[in-house]
This record gives sequence, structure tokens and C-alpha cells, in this order.
Amino acid sequence: MAATQEEIVAGLADIVNEIAGIPVEDVQLDKSFTDDLDVDSLSMVEVVVAAEERFDVKIPDEDVKNLKTVGDATDYILKHQG
Amino acid sequence: MSPTNRTVVVTGIGATTPLGGDAASTWEGMVAGKSGVKPLEQEWAADQAVRIAAPVAVEPTEVIPRPQARRLDRSAQFALVAAKEAWADAGFTARAGEDSSVDPDRLGTVIASGIGGVTTLLDQYDVLKEKGVRRVSPHTVPMLMPNGPSANVGLLVGARAGVHTPVSACASGAEAIGYAIEMIRTGRADIVVAGGTEAAIHPLPIAAFGNMMAMSKNNDDPQGASRPYDLARDGFVLGEGAGVIVLESAEHAAKRGARVYAEAVGQGISADGHDIVQPEPEGRGISHALQNLLDRNDLDPAEIVHVNAHATSTPAGDVAELKALRKVFGDDVDHMAVSATKSMTGHLLGGAGGVESVATVLALYHRVAPPTINVENLDPEAEANADIVRGEARKLPVEGRIAALNDSFGFGGHNVVLAFRTV
Repeated sequence: MAATQEEIVAGLADIVNEIAGIPVEDVQLDKSFTDDLDVDSLSMVEVVVAAEERFDVKIPDEDVKNLKTVGDATDYILKHQG
Repeated sequence: MSPTNRTVVVTGIGATTPLGGDAASTWEGMVAGKSGVKPLEQEWAADQAVRIAAPVAVEPTEVIPRPQARRLDRSAQFALVAAKEAWADAGFTARAGEDSSVDPDRLGTVIASGIGGVTTLLDQYDVLKEKGVRRVSPHTVPMLMPNGPSANVGLLVGARAGVHTPVSACASGAEAIGYAIEMIRTGRADIVVAGGTEAAIHPLPIAAFGNMMAMSKNNDDPQGASRPYDLARDGFVLGEGAGVIVLESAEHAAKRGARVYAEAVGQGISADGHDIVQPEPEGRGISHALQNLLDRNDLDPAEIVHVNAHATSTPAGDVAELKALRKVFGDDVDHMAVSATKSMTGHLLGGAGGVESVATVLALYHRVAPPTINVENLDPEAEANADIVRGEARKLPVEGRIAALNDSFGFGGHNVVLAFRTV
């Protein structure tokens, strides 16, 4: 069963918390991974791989650069999840 | 002093070792003659011929925040813990620049390890095989590169004069400190954070060292397994951890009113040119290093009262070192209290020179030589050549200027001798 937007944000919050140590409540749709959540380019790769696994979705490298905010990633996963 | 021969002093110390999570607890454990060796309880250890090691007393993840720790190899974690302590101990309150008493362009780091991020390399290879290409961590390269600990410490303190990593197996940590002394002496830097780190308690290095017949297989008596100079010694016990010191030009230290632990007099370096792993049995390469130390530095053998020996508890190496001391120093060896602290910490490979420099500096500062434990039957060849501090710590002369040496030798035939002196 496909995840809802709410479930995806909660899942991304868990992932960002694990990787960057940011409190889950700070991970909101409008937050930028690099500017607000302490996720640098290498850690972004980790976030993407963890999200792929969690939401059964493929995020090709060329799409990763478009995922600037938690909202971008959530929309992408909503659209592409298996 | 000419700008190319400046006096160098030690103004900060830090360590995380099998005896304690900082320099003070490590020193306390050493003086008390404690062993940090334990049985290996991990599942993988059951198949090993060697089932003992000396793990750190305090896991670095207890002090480094998780998001930072997960992108650092264990060897870099140890280095950061020790460097952070040494930096604060030297009286600095922030990174260079933010702390206005340090110019980042005049600050360097030289942190070495013998084998680098070996656990990261092996663990990520397991991930590749078990979970596939996509799951290999993007942090793998900066974690496994041997210069990772030095670079991470450089970022911690804000060093821009140079970040270096000499590699010479078990002499690496000492070579790092020697390199740092030269950086300051020749005017390239005013302050250098230097030392060694190692994290190699993993089935592959243990199997490999074990198959070289280099390690003790005294699994039934972990605390008695590392026994330098004892007739029953049968190899080293693998330890892990880091030791880091802050070296500073005497002038810079005086200007900011820093506490000075000791002078870092200089180094003597040589290569055996004998065998890739076997020590030259008469200690000729070591003698050459000791002679270089005397020839190139203003050091009077009459002042040397203590030697923190390399002595790893191997049958050949322990005695070769003592023969070299006797050959170069003659009767002066009789007033040198020789300690093998690896009897307590195990052998930290590239970390050894760092931890043992911390121990040597503290021995001078407190005027106490730590003991060599587990010497039940002293090897007559050791007894004939040197005065071994056995069983209990021994007081060093309370008056006058005294000096001490820290020896480190490595596979490949590397010999590094460092000299420190009270101020």
C-alpha cells in the first residue's frame, strides 16, 4: 500500500534524524536539506538510498539534484512509489 | 634562536586508550600497573588463534555525537577524542582564528596511523557483497583514507599551515611527532597538533598478524599476555586508541603564558635495511637512530633518566632495542629507567608513538617512570643490557633537568626515537 504524504514526511524525518541528528519535529515540508537540515552532498546520497528502501522507489542520480526541500522529496516519492 | 632552530615545547596532551578515556585516567592506570587486555567476546573471535586484545576503555561514540561519529572511521574517532582533549588542555577555547591566540596559517596537524581506516574498508566491502553497490556508504573514501584522522583533527582546530600523515607501520605515531617538531623548529608553523591513532581490532588484521606469529596466543591469561622482557613472552597483544600532543614553539607558548609540560628536544630516525618484518637482531638500525638523535640535537646522555621502550613483547625485538641502548649510551644506560608500557596498553601500532609520547611527557612532568608489568622471569639478555622498571612505578630524580626517550619501530625497518626534557 502506498504511503501518504504524512507518512512520507514522518519517514524522511526519521531518516534525517538518523543521518544528521536533526530533531524529527524540525523536518517540515518547506525545509531545505542543505540549508536547514545539515545534510551535505554526501549525506544526501545516504538520505536518498534510505528513502528508496523505505518507500520502494527508485530515485536516479539525475533527479536527486532537484530534491532541494523535504516537500520536493515527498512529492517525488508520492508520484513514483511502487 | 635562529628561525630555523627554534625550541619546541609540549603544551597540551590528550589520549583515549585501553586504560582510560583521557590522558589523566590513562596515566593513573599506567602508574598503578593496570592491564587493559581482555578476552575477545565477539562471535568472530571463536575461530581465531588469537582471542585477546586491548580495546579502548571508553567507546568514542559515548563522547562524539552520533551524526558526526557515523561518518568517521573508528581511528578518526579516537584521534578526535584525543585531539579535542589536548587542544583544550593547551588552553585554547575555540578553533584557530576564533581563538585569537592562534593564527590558523601558523597551525598544523600531523596525525598518523599504521593501517588507516581498515575497519571501514572491510565493513563496506561486506556491505557491497551482501547488499549491493547502491548501499556502499558515500562516506567510505574520506573514512578509509589514512590521512582522514589528520584531516578531521585539522578541521576541528582550524589548521592551515599543513595537515600531514607519515606512514611507517608501528613507528607512524612517533614519526608524526618528529615531523611536527621539525615543522616548528624550521619555522613552518608555531603550533602543531600531533600524534597517532589506530583501530584495528577486527577479524582480518587479527588473523593476519596471528598468522605472522607476531601476536601472543596466551588466550587463557589475557592480563598476563603482554609481557615484555619476560622469558615467556610470545608476541604482542593488539591494542587500540590514540595519543595526541600539542607542540608549540617555546616563544609562542611563553607569549601566551601557556603551561609547558616538557621540551620536545628532537628526533633520531633511521631504517634497518635488513628485512621487511624481522628486526635486525643486534639493533644496528636502532643504534643508528639513537646516534642520529645525539648528533642532531643538543642532548646530554647524562640527563636521560627514562626510556619508554618500544618493547612489544616479541622474543627478538625487545632485546635488540636494549642492546642498541647499551651500544650507544654505554654506562649511561645504568641511570635510565626503562619502561615497557605496552605491557599494560597492548600494542597500538600507529597509535603507540602517540600514546607513549603522552606517557613519556607525563613521566617527566610527574618525575615517575611507569612500570613494566608481567615480568616474572626477567630475560637475562634484558637484565644484562638495561635497568627495567618491573612491577611497580619508580620515582625519577626529583631535582635538576632530566630527559626521557620514546622509542618506536615499525614493520619495514623504520626506527624513530623521540627525546623530551624537563624545562
